Amino acid sequence: MTELTMAQRRRDSIDRAEKRLKRRRRAEARFRLYGLLAVATALGFLAVLISMIVVNSIPAFTQTVIGLEVDFDPETIDPNGNADPSVLARADYGGLIKAALRETFPEVTGRKEKRLLYSLVTNGAQYDLAKKVTADTALIGTRQKVWVAASDRADQLYSRIDRDDVATRGDDETLLGWLRELQRKGDIVSRFNTTFFTSGDSREPEQAGILGAIVGSGLTLLVTFLCSFPLGVLAALYLEEFAPKSRWTNLIEVNINNLAAVPSIIFGLLGLAVFLNFFGMPRSAPLVGGLVLSLMTLPTIIIAARAALKAVPPSIREAALALGASPLQVAVHHTLPLAAPGILTGTIIGMAGALGETAPLLMIGMVAFIVDIPAAVTDPAAVLPVQIYLWADSPERGFAAKTNAAILVLLGFLILMNLLAVLLRRRFERRW
Amino acid sequence: MHPGLVLAVLLILTLAGYSLGRRRAEESARKSDRRLLARAPYHGLYVALWCGIPAVVLLLLWTACQSQIADWLMAAAVEGQASTLPEGQLSQLRQELGLAILSGQEPADVGPEVAAALTSYRSFAGLTNAALGVFILCLGIAGLVYARRHIDPGLRARDLVERFAFWLMFGASVVAILTTIGIVLSLLFESLRFFAKVPLTDFLLGIHWSPQTALRADQVGASGSFGAIPLFVGTGLITLIAMLTAVPIGLFSAIYLSEYAGPKMRGWVKPALEILAGVPTVVYGFFAALTVAPLLRGWGEAVGLDVASESALAAGLVMGLMIIPFVSSLSDDVMTSVPQSLRDGAYALGATKAETIGQVVFPAALPGIVGAVLLAVSRAIGETMIVVMAAGLAANLTANPLEAVTTVTVQIVTLLVGDQEFDSAKTLSAFALGLTLFVITLGLNFVALHVVQKYREKYD
Repeated sequence: MTELTMAQRRRDSIDRAEKRLKRRRRAEARFRLYGLLAVATALGFLAVLISMIVVNSIPAFTQTVIGLEVDFDPETIDPNGNADPSVLARADYGGLIKAALRETFPEVTGRKEKRLLYSLVTNGAQYDLAKKVTADTALIGTRQKVWVAASDRADQLYSRIDRDDVATRGDDETLLGWLRELQRKGDIVSRFNTTFFTSGDSREPEQAGILGAIVGSGLTLLVTFLCSFPLGVLAALYLEEFAPKSRWTNLIEVNINNLAAVPSIIFGLLGLAVFLNFFGMPRSAPLVGGLVLSLMTLPTIIIAARAALKAVPPSIREAALALGASPLQVAVHHTLPLAAPGILTGTIIGMAGALGETAPLLMIGMVAFIVDIPAAVTDPAAVLPVQIYLWADSPERGFAAKTNAAILVLLGFLILMNLLAVLLRRRFERRW
Repeated sequence: MHPGLVLAVLLILTLAGYSLGRRRAEESARKSDRRLLARAPYHGLYVALWCGIPAVVLLLLWTACQSQIADWLMAAAVEGQASTLPEGQLSQLRQELGLAILSGQEPADVGPEVAAALTSYRSFAGLTNAALGVFILCLGIAGLVYARRHIDPGLRARDLVERFAFWLMFGASVVAILTTIGIVLSLLFESLRFFAKVPLTDFLLGIHWSPQTALRADQVGASGSFGAIPLFVGTGLITLIAMLTAVPIGLFSAIYLSEYAGPKMRGWVKPALEILAGVPTVVYGFFAALTVAPLLRGWGEAVGLDVASESALAAGLVMGLMIIPFVSSLSDDVMTSVPQSLRDGAYALGATKAETIGQVVFPAALPGIVGAVLLAVSRAIGETMIVVMAAGLAANLTANPLEAVTTVTVQIVTLLVGDQEFDSAKTLSAFALGLTLFVITLGLNFVALHVVQKYREKYD
């Protein structure tokens, strides 16, 4: 009897233990699943973000152009007949384009309809025409087929012309009719959008490009690099190789660590108060932007450079010292070259951060609408992230695709810089 | 003279100084038949430094003060007209002149006064520029001659050059301190001007924020109100949402990566998560404003909830997404640094992996994780672009994540973007907000670094 109960009890306890074990194993699996889910969520977000940007940016890379038979009427362009460039530049090219449009669609007569017809072609077409004529005066008096960019609205409609649900606004149907006719004649095509890569900002989506922003970013980064790289390397050398262990050195170290975590917008406030208001530097200029960003990246570069210098084994320093080198010679001839790949890697990563930074630049006025491509560090300029910010705020539909495309270009530059950093590290980094 | 030109000439001069000094040292050693105490290149460097450094410092000072100098010159140019013009026209003249100088070209249709003032400004400016340029170059040459005369085989040129290099490096490391001082002083100075107009208690405890001041003093709301509580609450709400997103995802990712994933998966997933940290914030802002916010609004409509198009939820969620890598990589580091012996001990007692992590690894890593989370909070509070693009402008005092709230950083940006005058309470309030932000984030960072460091000492 007792033996039975003992056996039963043991069986019970084994049962319970097994049940408990099962529960624990299930908890284990669940826990592991949570981890996997977390990783999957984070990566899923990233995938959604990137793919949405890529998909939405596609329309920005094509441009619809319309072929028009333009009559380069000498009466309009060059009434004096002496091809004076100032007269040529000021002629009424808009009128020529309108005439060409009327000729293509002779059935359009009403005032309102005509205005709708003119809206097929971008406002900027007249400037292209002006450029063409000033470059080649032989065009005057001839009839030429000229390809001009379609307006944003026509571009949007044409990109979905094969679908049924295209027309959303009242007069879309009329526009569509004309577009279909142009398509039938082969006078409208979509081609790679070179305007996007060769021009500055514009109020019209079809005219807007990012060259100005790319050049502005380049100039800003140049200033940032020229200021922060030498300062960062020198400061790191001092702190790592020369500084005595004192309270002052400690203060500098704590200070650098804290600066690295100060919100970027604070650096913008500093730039506004010091560079603009105190020194009276120009607003919107890459010079000021670069200075602000260099103050911001300096801690990053110092920290990276110190880590790289620290990784150089002391035996190398001691060997050089033993051969009679002075401390500065040890640093310049031995430690610094050996740490260079690490320092450069850190600098490139810091520069990539500076390239993507927006908030401090808003503070120093780099949000102006700037059409011209900057030529010097004191010219007003936009930078890529600010251009993205400005376009993202624009109500025109064409700018949505442009924003995505600009983001893609910015991400492209960032990936290039990071790849460079990784390559440098792989190729030159030594382990002791 | 153009500063660039001066700089180029200086550069050539410095190079010449180097080779002159070097040659002079070699020659003097040969002539006097003594050995050089420092190698000849150091003599070259010595001369080059004497030639280049004072002149470059002066050039930099000049460029920094150029706008002030231009102001003086302009005042001087206008002064010539002052006796002949009535008071009102003088200021207009000044303005037109300023425009003409800025545009850099001959203005087409201005009065003879402006044209005269412009000519006189240009001659002044030309003269001053030329004089300064020549002076700087003279300084360079003087330095060169001075240093070259000093060269002697007994000169300890290397010591001198190295001392200079040492001070140069020291100066570079002081820049970081100067930056902090600059931040504190500029924020404090402008904030004090603000608090002279608006009492500190009103700012910190007021619950109404509308910085728009009326144009005339007798209009309604002439003074604007600067109670920052709604901004703090809005910032707190968005930060809270961000942390509720980022902490679980980041922490579980870190646990999975440090405890479960094999080296191959780690090698792929860690860089991918770091991409999330490398994406510029303006991109997140765009994503939040144009994708997430409409999506949430649509879902809200589907279940009968009224979600604002600039809801705190959208901004907070996307900000959380941005913060994930900060939480995960820092937590990953601390959990990997927990000694393996602790885990082995738990396994030996029969614990499963999850139990080991939950009851041994996690508590051991907790201080580091708390530090990581605090750093992430400070990041979220200071984050600007996401909230500028996706959060609202109106200061609502609410804790409802579906409504639009505004944050400290959004207000700083809206107050300071565009034209501004620097004596209104409206613009100055941005600096007061900046100071608050700086103090809060600095405090958080300080605590976080302290916690992390204290933990680190434990197992070393």
